[in-house]
Amino acid sequence: MNKAGEKSISDVSALANSRLDDSRLTHSTQELIIEGAGCASCVGKIEKALIQVSGVEEATMNFALRTVTVVGHADTDKLIKSVENAGYNAKSTSDAGDEQLLDEKEKSEQQYYQRLMRQMWIALGLGVPLMLYSLAGGPMTVATMLERGIWLTVGLLCAGIMYFSGKHFYIGAWKSFVNHSANMDTLIALGTGTAWLYSMVVVFFPMALPEMARHVYFEATAMIIGLINLGLALEVKARGRTSEAIKRLIGLQAKTARVVRDNKEIDIPIEQVLLHDIVRVRPGEKIPVDGIVTQGHSSIDESMLTGEPMPIEKNISDEVVTGTLNKSGSILFKATRIGKDTALAQIINMVKRAQNSKPPIGRLADVIAAYFVPVIMIIAIVSALAWLNFGPDPTIAFAVISATTVLIIACPCALGLATPMSVMVGIGKAAEAGVLIRNGEALQTASKITTMVLDKTGTITQGAPKVTDIIVVDNRYSENEILISVASVEKGSEHPLAQAIVESAAERALDCSLANISDFQAITGHGVSAISNNQQLLFGNEKLMLNNNVALDNFVSTAQLLASEAKTPMYFAINNKLVAIIAVADPIKVDAISAIERLKNNGLRIIMITGDNSATANAVAKKVGISEVFSEVLPEDKAKKVAELQAQHEIVGMTGDGINDAPALALANVGFAIGTGTDVAIESADITLMRGSLHGLADAISISKATLRNIKQNLLGAFIYNVAGVPFAAGVLYPFFGILLNPVIAGAAMAFSSLTVVSNANRLRLFKAKDH
Amino acid sequence: MMMIINIAGFVLIALIVWWFWLYKPAEVEVAKDNNTVKVIVDNGVYQPARIKLNAGQHSVIKFIRKDSSPCAGMVVFPDVEVSEELALDKTTSVELPAMAAGEYPFHCQMQMYKGTLIVE
Repeated sequence: MNKAGEKSISDVSALANSRLDDSRLTHSTQELIIEGAGCASCVGKIEKALIQVSGVEEATMNFALRTVTVVGHADTDKLIKSVENAGYNAKSTSDAGDEQLLDEKEKSEQQYYQRLMRQMWIALGLGVPLMLYSLAGGPMTVATMLERGIWLTVGLLCAGIMYFSGKHFYIGAWKSFVNHSANMDTLIALGTGTAWLYSMVVVFFPMALPEMARHVYFEATAMIIGLINLGLALEVKARGRTSEAIKRLIGLQAKTARVVRDNKEIDIPIEQVLLHDIVRVRPGEKIPVDGIVTQGHSSIDESMLTGEPMPIEKNISDEVVTGTLNKSGSILFKATRIGKDTALAQIINMVKRAQNSKPPIGRLADVIAAYFVPVIMIIAIVSALAWLNFGPDPTIAFAVISATTVLIIACPCALGLATPMSVMVGIGKAAEAGVLIRNGEALQTASKITTMVLDKTGTITQGAPKVTDIIVVDNRYSENEILISVASVEKGSEHPLAQAIVESAAERALDCSLANISDFQAITGHGVSAISNNQQLLFGNEKLMLNNNVALDNFVSTAQLLASEAKTPMYFAINNKLVAIIAVADPIKVDAISAIERLKNNGLRIIMITGDNSATANAVAKKVGISEVFSEVLPEDKAKKVAELQAQHEIVGMTGDGINDAPALALANVGFAIGTGTDVAIESADITLMRGSLHGLADAISISKATLRNIKQNLLGAFIYNVAGVPFAAGVLYPFFGILLNPVIAGAAMAFSSLTVVSNANRLRLFKAKDH
Repeated sequence: MMMIINIAGFVLIALIVWWFWLYKPAEVEVAKDNNTVKVIVDNGVYQPARIKLNAGQHSVIKFIRKDSSPCAGMVVFPDVEVSEELALDKTTSVELPAMAAGEYPFHCQMQMYKGTLIVE
């Protein structure tokens, strides 16, 4: 591009800079939130730092609120910098939160809607009477001087309408054109412009055209502008509804918080809560930020985030999450995550991001959309040439009508909107059900899963095992002595079964601190070994015992009997001699059976995978109705099993707790992390189920299938519309049936095709996962 | 006469192909401090629409949305899975991760507003 072009771009940038600077300088009074001010002496330091910034007339800090009010015309960034240089952190209260942005968005959309409706009425005000006149058989031709005068007046009125009601199309088309791109505005501007220009040629130079071609099309120009404005206005309304889920999530955020500062409880806006503030929440109030309970206990309703209907008991040291509802007691908690770091803010961000990602199915539409408008322009030219060369008289009038109609009927918006609108509603709907879908690709693949692999512990079972049996083999030891020894060893282990043993010892108030444990070793997939008082202790499965030559005699059958009752038996040996068998059982989740039934009804092959012994695994599988089990699988081998299934051309979904099963979750076509919704681990899985129930899994698959179905309907509709509509508009039916489409009808069809796509996507809002 | 019209039609088609597909605009806005660029969203286009960024460095695109059409309300960077809602008459900063050299498109949801990041 030439120098002039470069200059214009830098001008734009300079304009942007000046507008930016203006917006940052307009405050005469602005407020900053200060972080890190721990003592009253900080006040003077901060105020002094601020007053030195040029333009600041006055700076007053409210220590209780940790805010500072600055009077003067100073750049906010400079103010923040000066506070940072003084050793503190600061942020502006004018940095809009999600809710404020949403309000502003709704307000601007409402204004845009009203403007479009106004423009629509003005355009139809001329277009409809002209249209009715034409339908009633009124001559739209220019034959006499009087008719020329009348049509010239109408043409000028029409030009006024093009300016007042359609200016945005023409400016948009021109700006796109100079940027070497073409869009919907280009088509509308070319279509309406062609009809108007031709009509003006008829008015000014009727003699230059054959008599039959002296027809004006001002009504088409006015009607098309009116109808497209109407379509856009209705689309704005319909689009607003597609983001309802995100609005609901944003609405969960409390506006104020009651914090304890200087031994006083004060209500402050949520933006002013600082990290480590102590926050008071009374019954019936929302949790304003994430934190850890430091005083009191209560039950908290987390259903709005997780879909879990039962309130959760919270005691000291338990985590509380932003947006959830305190039901019963008054609690104090320490703020651990605030602002954009809270779990709710992260969920909102993730849902927003996912809503704008595209599943692979939408890529073809994207490719087509990228070439669509210029292709339509070429088709319009070809169509006009065909009419001029081969059409009946008046060829020029037919050529103008067909070119205008082709330009007007094509709707790149319907194609472009088909996928994103459905994804937006589908992912929002899933979030409402406590299912976080990371992106469009995960959404699409989830709808195609053929095999679902379920981890046992924590997925099918509650993941909180308890000791059920202690069978003493060597009577020299009591049950309590055995439990003390085993719990002492297991204290060093992170395995959930170890936790059950330690908790069981704690329940019996046994003191495990006296045992002198050394050489602790965790043998993955087998158990643990350690030395205590010069004795070698072994605790684990049959393999561990056999590898260490521990004779199990006929106690293997005792263990098998326990395993057949869905318990996990573990052997305990001292100096390679069997001492006891301890059985631990992990209760099955109450709704696991019905959820697995739902998955099977969806046509999925269900496989349970576990490191547990085959007898226990089979017993659990039988109880929940699973016939295929991979048992005694080491954690690192779970991914191999997933790969084996994929080699059998299965599309594999893997459900696990997101940490132990990470490699298998990553390898699976779709990884589902269960019950970690309040954790940052939501980033690591393709789909996160925020509640522990497996119904979330069935919901996720149902929603994915419904969304994909909706996308396909939209794409099919948009393709058929454009593929069938464009040749129809070009007049392919004319040689056979004498039918040529009226440009006004094409305008109406274009205006409503994208509205149809958005409305069809909105139908997804009514989707309900099966009752459970 | 028809011959001239036909030739004119085909020339017009050739011009469309050249202008919209073959022509590569030379002008680009080069990112300045900290790989930051300001972009105005108005009248159906991003200005500037071609932006040069440094490779392997985080970047910030500050969008100033002046266009009230809902189409202008969302910007999507599909290759880096970043999308941001743009508030009307406000500056919205979109932070992008470090990218390898190459061309990365950005656009509105329907791909009617289009731009390109040229990462070098």
